[in-house]
Amino acid sequence: MTPLLDVRGAVKSYGAVKALDRASLTVDAAEIVALLGDNGAGKSTLIKAISGVHALDAGTISLGGAAVAFRSPLEARAAGIETLHQDLGLFDNLSAVANFRIGRELRRPAWLGRLALLRERAMQEDWLVQLERLAVDRVDARQEVGLMSGGQRQAIAVLRAVAFAGRLVILDEPTAALGLRESAKVLDLVRRLPERGVAVVLISHNLEHVTQVADRAVVLRQGRTVGEAAPTAANHEALVSMIVGAVPRTAAGST
Amino acid sequence: MTALRVLQAGPLVILMLLAAAMALLSPYFLTGRNLANLGFQASFVAVLALGQLLVIVTRGIDLSVGSVVGLAGVLAVDATAGASTLLVFAMAGLAVGLANGSVLVWGRVMNPFIVTLGTLGIVRGLALVLSDGQTRTGLDPVVTALGSDSVAGIPAPVLVVAALSAVIGGMLSRTQWGRWIYAVGGNPDGARRAGIPADRVLLSVYALSGLMAGVAAILVAGRTDSASPLAGQLLELDSITAVIIGGASFVGGRGRVLNVLAGALIIGVIRNGLDLLSVSPFWQMIAIGALVILSLELDVVRGGLETRLRASRALEATA
Repeated sequence: MTPLLDVRGAVKSYGAVKALDRASLTVDAAEIVALLGDNGAGKSTLIKAISGVHALDAGTISLGGAAVAFRSPLEARAAGIETLHQDLGLFDNLSAVANFRIGRELRRPAWLGRLALLRERAMQEDWLVQLERLAVDRVDARQEVGLMSGGQRQAIAVLRAVAFAGRLVILDEPTAALGLRESAKVLDLVRRLPERGVAVVLISHNLEHVTQVADRAVVLRQGRTVGEAAPTAANHEALVSMIVGAVPRTAAGST
Repeated sequence: MTALRVLQAGPLVILMLLAAAMALLSPYFLTGRNLANLGFQASFVAVLALGQLLVIVTRGIDLSVGSVVGLAGVLAVDATAGASTLLVFAMAGLAVGLANGSVLVWGRVMNPFIVTLGTLGIVRGLALVLSDGQTRTGLDPVVTALGSDSVAGIPAPVLVVAALSAVIGGMLSRTQWGRWIYAVGGNPDGARRAGIPADRVLLSVYALSGLMAGVAAILVAGRTDSASPLAGQLLELDSITAVIIGGASFVGGRGRVLNVLAGALIIGVIRNGLDLLSVSPFWQMIAIGALVILSLELDVVRGGLETRLRASRALEATA
């Protein structure tokens, strides 16, 4: 079966620093893959390449069997890929609804193009429906996001990525700023995405969370894909070893 | 929350207080003649400030608008007669605005202060070269009508400001493009990642700021029925002052048309009122300068309030 996403031999350098050094990653349709690795392992660089933020120096990315080279995030979005970046990409000066709909505002009449009037009420009603899916309390639709708590901000960013994804959603640390209860809700939302036919690439430092939702865990180290394993509780130790580079099978140097 | 609301309405409150104080201090302040005079004076700054607001919301600044007032007049005084004279004013402004925006976006000189400081000099120099430094009188009647006529006691420039404010205010708060202008100001990287054509948004705000400067030039030339290559000097600073007094944030993403109009009127009331009280113009400069710093201070206070509010929300959420 052709994988939904197939990244091969990905190379990306920033000056003298090689962030990606022949990394690879495959994701099947409606599969949840955890992307693990220590800080600086190249996770964020890899997902930025997939989501069209920057281009690879070498290597290929195919989506549904066809090679793609996104020149902008807009092109990746058009192909059905949504991304939650680590910085959330929120607009502190805009309301929750405006953030949720940014770049995809409902408007009319169509012939006015980008000078068409915003359909605020319709966007707000839709927002309430989405909010219910994540069951986040106390997010005032009209309030500026800059005035909200870290958890509320993260919830808005997660919802935005998840709601509009057609084929693949990439989540970079979606539970980083969340408490226990809120994390559980986000994980629940992630787990239900395959039902909609949406695959997930999940980056998380929390192995507990990975175990709960991921079908497969892929480990990056120093820009390379160094292994993968089923994210079960029994495999935790093996995964941690791969992440930090003390690979048990080489025996030498590992304790 | 209430403290935040007061700060957001701040410029209007300051305007009311200032106007009330002037009315008490001078019996002439509230006469129709004086208010009309105030309207004429404040309208130049208000038109420029509308354009300047768009630019400042995107974290930019446009220092060239005062020079555009000079150049557009010089170009238009020789131009064909009739309504097409107005087109010459508008096109001159639009051209300079597009030039500013193009250098910023495609020239990769991502510093609007420096770019428009450059065009401030170039455009003023062009006006002086083309006019040979001479002031010419005699503009088309359409121009003088817009600049100095009154309709039912209301100065025509005030009506122009009202119309432009409605258009720009509506665009900013009700259209997709307006939403994107705020988005680019609030988080430029985030805007690009969200698929917003940030470069075109930036180009459009500088173009509009130039266009507004062209319109201001019509009002200035029409008021005096003359075109001076030195017209509009320092008006760029007044327009920035009006936007900042109007509570827009220099770090971008914030600013409202109504408050900017209040800012332009505050400058007008201070100048006009202190004139009536026979206070030296030197002191007027000091008063307006102090108000600019006070406005920035209010912005800092608002930021502090917001941080506290956010902190209390976060505590609530974890409780």
